[in-house]
Amino acid sequence: MALLARLLSLAVLLALWQGVSVYADIRTLPAPSAVLAFVLREAETGSLLFNVGVTLARVAVSFVIAMSLGVLLGIALGRSRLADRLLDTPLLVILNTPALVITVLAYVWLGLTETAAIVAVALNKLPNVAVIMREGARGLDPGLEEMATTYRFDRRTWIAHVLLPQLQPFMVAAARSGISLAWKIVLVVELLGRPNGVGFAINYYFTLFDVTAVIGYSLVFMSVMLAIDALLLQPLDAHVRRWR
Amino acid sequence: MSAAGAETGPAAIGAEPAPLLTVRVERKVYRRPGRRARTEAVEAVRGLAFELHAGEITCLIGPSGAGKTTTLRILLGLDRDFEGSVSPEPSRAGIAMVFQDPRLLPWRTIEQNVRLGLPRARRGRDLDDLFESLGLTSWRAHYPGALSLGMQRRVALARALALEPRILVLDEPFVSLDDAAAASLRALVVGAVGRTGTSVLMVTHNVAEAIEIADRLLLVSPRPAHLLANIPLERLRAERDRAWADTTRRSLAARFPAIVAL
Repeated sequence: MALLARLLSLAVLLALWQGVSVYADIRTLPAPSAVLAFVLREAETGSLLFNVGVTLARVAVSFVIAMSLGVLLGIALGRSRLADRLLDTPLLVILNTPALVITVLAYVWLGLTETAAIVAVALNKLPNVAVIMREGARGLDPGLEEMATTYRFDRRTWIAHVLLPQLQPFMVAAARSGISLAWKIVLVVELLGRPNGVGFAINYYFTLFDVTAVIGYSLVFMSVMLAIDALLLQPLDAHVRRWR
Repeated sequence: MSAAGAETGPAAIGAEPAPLLTVRVERKVYRRPGRRARTEAVEAVRGLAFELHAGEITCLIGPSGAGKTTTLRILLGLDRDFEGSVSPEPSRAGIAMVFQDPRLLPWRTIEQNVRLGLPRARRGRDLDDLFESLGLTSWRAHYPGALSLGMQRRVALARALALEPRILVLDEPFVSLDDAAAASLRALVVGAVGRTGTSVLMVTHNVAEAIEIADRLLLVSPRPAHLLANIPLERLRAERDRAWADTTRRSLAARFPAIVAL
C-alpha cells in the first residue's frame, strides 16, 4: 500500500513534468521522454556507466575513510574530556568551513589528483560523523558499565556486546546522513578538478547548455543513491533496531 | 554445612570456618565538587565491618539512603576510594551480583545475556537445568524487553547463578514485584543456596522478608552507615512460622526502633 502511494505520486509528478514541458521552452525544460532517450543513448555508448561508476567509487572510498576515522574520533571525544576540549574547536572550524573552500584548498595543496578529491570529500563528511558519534559515546549506560566490570567482561566481549550495540543506531544515522552529504559534495569536487565522473559530465553538458543531459545525469545518479539507501542502509537500520 | 566445616582441616576444628569475604570499611567520604573549587564532603560510611560465610544468607538492613549500596559497590570492587579493606580482593572472591535494576543487555537474547556473564572458556556449558529451575526455558531466545520486571530479575539471577559463585550479592532484589513474583523469586534464591552452599548477601529494607530467609541480620544505622548489630537467627528456615517471625520482629523493634518498625 505504501509502495503503491509512492509509485502513484511519482507517476503524477512525471505526468505534470510532461504536461508543463509541452508549453515550456524545449531547451530549458525538456520532456521526461527526451531525458529518458538521452539516458538510453548515453548508456549505449558506455559513458553513463563509466561516469556513474567512477563517481560511486569516489563516494565509496571517501565514505569508508570518513566513517572509520569519524567513528574513532567521535568515540574518543565522547569518552575523554581532554580529547573533547582539545579537538572541539578544530572540529567546529572544519564543520563550518564551506565544502567549496575545503575542496579548493585540497586541490591547491595536493594537486589536481584523485587523492585530493577523496581527501576533500572525506574531510567534508568526517566532522559530521564525529559529532554524531560523540553524542552516542556520551550517552553510554553507566549501569551496564558497572555490570560489565563486576562480571569481568574481557575487552573483546565489552566492545562487541556492550559498546558497539549502544553506538550502532548512531553509526547508522551517521552513515545515512553521511552518504547523502558525500554524493552532493563529490559532484562539486569532480566539477572543480577531475576529468571524469558525474560531476564532470554535468559541468561539460552545462557549458553546452544541454539541459536534457544535465537532468539525465542527475536523475540517474540520484536513483542510484536512493537505491543504496533503500536497499542497504534502511535494512541495516531495521536490523540494528530489531530487539526494540 | 557441618560436614563441609569438618572437612576444612584441623585448624578449623572447634572454630568457625574461615570467612569467604571480610569487609571492613572504616570510612567512605563522597566529595562533590562545589562552586569555586570548594568541595562538599558527604560521609557515607563510618565503621561497617562484617564477614560472609559459606552457606549463609546474610541480610543487610537499613533505612534507604544509609549507604548500603555504597557498601556493595565497595565489596564489588567498583569503588576503591575508601578507608578500609576487602579480602580477598573483590575480583578474586568469586562474587556474582544481581543488581536492583536487572541490567541485562537489551540487544542480546536471554540466553546470550546469561552466557556472556561467564568467562569465555565456560560460555558453551550446559545451562538447561539452570534455565529449567528458574522457569526460563521457553524464554531463552527472547529479548529482555519482552519480559516483565520479575522475569528480567530471574534472568539476572540466572546470569549470577550460572557463574556458580562462592558469594551471591543481591541489591533489593524483590522490590517493586507483586507478592507472588517476590515469593517465587525468594524461593528460587533460597533453593539455589540450599543446593550449592553459596553464601548470599542481600541488601533490603524489608524486615519481614529478611526474618523469613536470613541466617544473619546486619542492622545498619542511617548515614553515615555503621553496624548497629549483628544478629544470628538460629532457627531453621523450614521451622520458621508466623508466631516466631512476629516475636523476632517485636524484639528487634524494641531494641532498634530507628531501623525496625513494628
